[in-house]
Amino acid sequence: MSADHLPEHPDFLWRNPEPKSSYDAVIVGGGGHGLATAYFLAKNHGMTNIAVLEKGWLAGGNMARNTTIIRSNYLWDESAAIYEHALKLWEILPEELEYDFLFSQRGVMNLAHTLGDVRESVRRVGANKLNGVDAEWLDPQQVKELCPILNISDNIRYPVMGATYQPRAGIAKHDHVAWAFARKCDELGVDIIQNCEVTGFLKEGNRVVGVKTSQGTIHTEKVGLAAAGHSSVLAEMAGFRLPIQSHPLQALVSELHEPVHPTVVMSNHVHVYVSQAHKGELVMGAGVDSYNGYGQRGSFHVIEHQMAAAVELFPIFARAHVLRTWGGIVDTTMDASPIIGTTPVENMFVNCGWGTGGFKGTPAAGLTFAHTIATGAPHELNKPFALERFETGALIDEHGAAAVAH
Amino acid sequence: MLLISCPNCGPRDETEFHYGGQAHVAYPESPDALTDRQWAEYLFYRDNTKGAFAERWVHSTGCRQWFNMLRDTVSYDIQAIYKMGEPRPDVNTTAATTPEGAKK
Ligand SMILES: Cc1cc2nc3c(=O)[nH]c(=O)nc-3n(C[C@H](O)[C@H](O)[C@H](O)COP(=O)(O)OP(=O)(O)OC[C@H]3O[C@@H](n4cnc5c(N)ncnc54)[C@H](O)[C@@H]3O)c2cc1C
Ligand SMILES: [Zn+2]
Repeated sequence: MSADHLPEHPDFLWRNPEPKSSYDAVIVGGGGHGLATAYFLAKNHGMTNIAVLEKGWLAGGNMARNTTIIRSNYLWDESAAIYEHALKLWEILPEELEYDFLFSQRGVMNLAHTLGDVRESVRRVGANKLNGVDAEWLDPQQVKELCPILNISDNIRYPVMGATYQPRAGIAKHDHVAWAFARKCDELGVDIIQNCEVTGFLKEGNRVVGVKTSQGTIHTEKVGLAAAGHSSVLAEMAGFRLPIQSHPLQALVSELHEPVHPTVVMSNHVHVYVSQAHKGELVMGAGVDSYNGYGQRGSFHVIEHQMAAAVELFPIFARAHVLRTWGGIVDTTMDASPIIGTTPVENMFVNCGWGTGGFKGTPAAGLTFAHTIATGAPHELNKPFALERFETGALIDEHGAAAVAH
Repeated sequence: MLLISCPNCGPRDETEFHYGGQAHVAYPESPDALTDRQWAEYLFYRDNTKGAFAERWVHSTGCRQWFNMLRDTVSYDIQAIYKMGEPRPDVNTTAATTPEGAKK
């Protein structure tokens, strides 16, 4: 599909109903995860008397702020399974949702700059292959062939010593993904309610029976939290704690350029990741601010570092201009893996902790979270991601291992 | 970028410091008596306050000393800086000071 065939305007893609006084299930958070969850609840479990409550506008949180990188080259078996399932869903969803969200499988490279990086990367390629995830190890020449604008000379501070490459990875248009899910949810009878902030919960004993919102009280049998950076704020209202820390994470774009950047390049070590959007902007991200924060903005020195790294790796970027920067609030866990499952409150479920990398997981998060909400039990894929792992010690430690440094 | 007033060195850019997470989290008094749940709380659970939050910072490229800071996690306003071991100040009664020490 080309740019002159852009999908319908979002205003016409879903109704904007008044909230009903009760639903079979309420999903808190109208980002990609909340919408995907509602979609799979309706499609796979026949639950259509449900609502998605969003305090702002649909998908205006991290969903609208992320750099849209989709890949499944994670190290540990549990992660490879869930992210690869997500990638397989990404491959079929445009057809299933009848909406082209421009999923572009242009490949993702994760650069190695030190001997330690090289060893870790080669190990991850091996682990990926054993898990049926496409992965290759590239030497610097092969890196250059795939992405000619990359500087592979050895007189820079951290020369490129090779890269892992996942050809099926890529990017998608995030707003269109949200609109695609929202449109199908609406068709299936789901109420999407914007400007509706959840401010508290109604409980009978330890069981949740409703939510208090800025648009009144809504009774419900089940509540699913999909509020990303605000999950611990909601958990606190419900009377339990989550092992989550919220941090600002920024992204930026340049002005439009001709196609120069054919793939996605990520570097954990010098910490920058770059792709070129469909329209032509160079889209860049880096690390989180070290401190906790709920302000949707980040520190300037993070941008300074990422630009220094970008210009050294891609010398032609030196003449590009930064057009816009913005921030989101990401929910990080100690093992850099998500939490999807039951909570200490009966009938309340949580999907959170996706941190800086949850866009790629959106379809699998929705699928498994819907399963857990509908059946009260985990799906095979989200079983290892239960809240209990922090107590049992069965952590899924993707820090560094999954080519993310945060 | 935050301008942080180190109690020993004065106001410096955030880049000179490292963040150490929530303040006032004491090492368990009898570690051998803890249940798995209590260990989980000590190791992995921290407050994630939206608003005034007491946290630890170290002036890594300066005096290398740790100190505590009360900071608003929404506005990023630094409300108080105080020594390790001192109790969390009540910001309503202890006026925050600017780097120059003037009342804010
Ligand atoms: C700058 C940046 C770059 C990123 N890059 C990538 C990337 O390249 N690849 C990748 O895989 N991931 C990336 N991520 C991470 C990804 O965006 C998130 O993990 C993912 O979007 C989280 O799920 P979500 O879409 O549902 O969250 P969100 O879109 O944040 O949805 C949560 C929603 O809950 C709402 N909410 C909160 N509190 C309440 C309340 N009380 N009542 C009602 N609603 C409430 C919020 O308004 C929000 O809309 C990035 C994130 C950022 C910020
Ligand atoms: Zn100092």
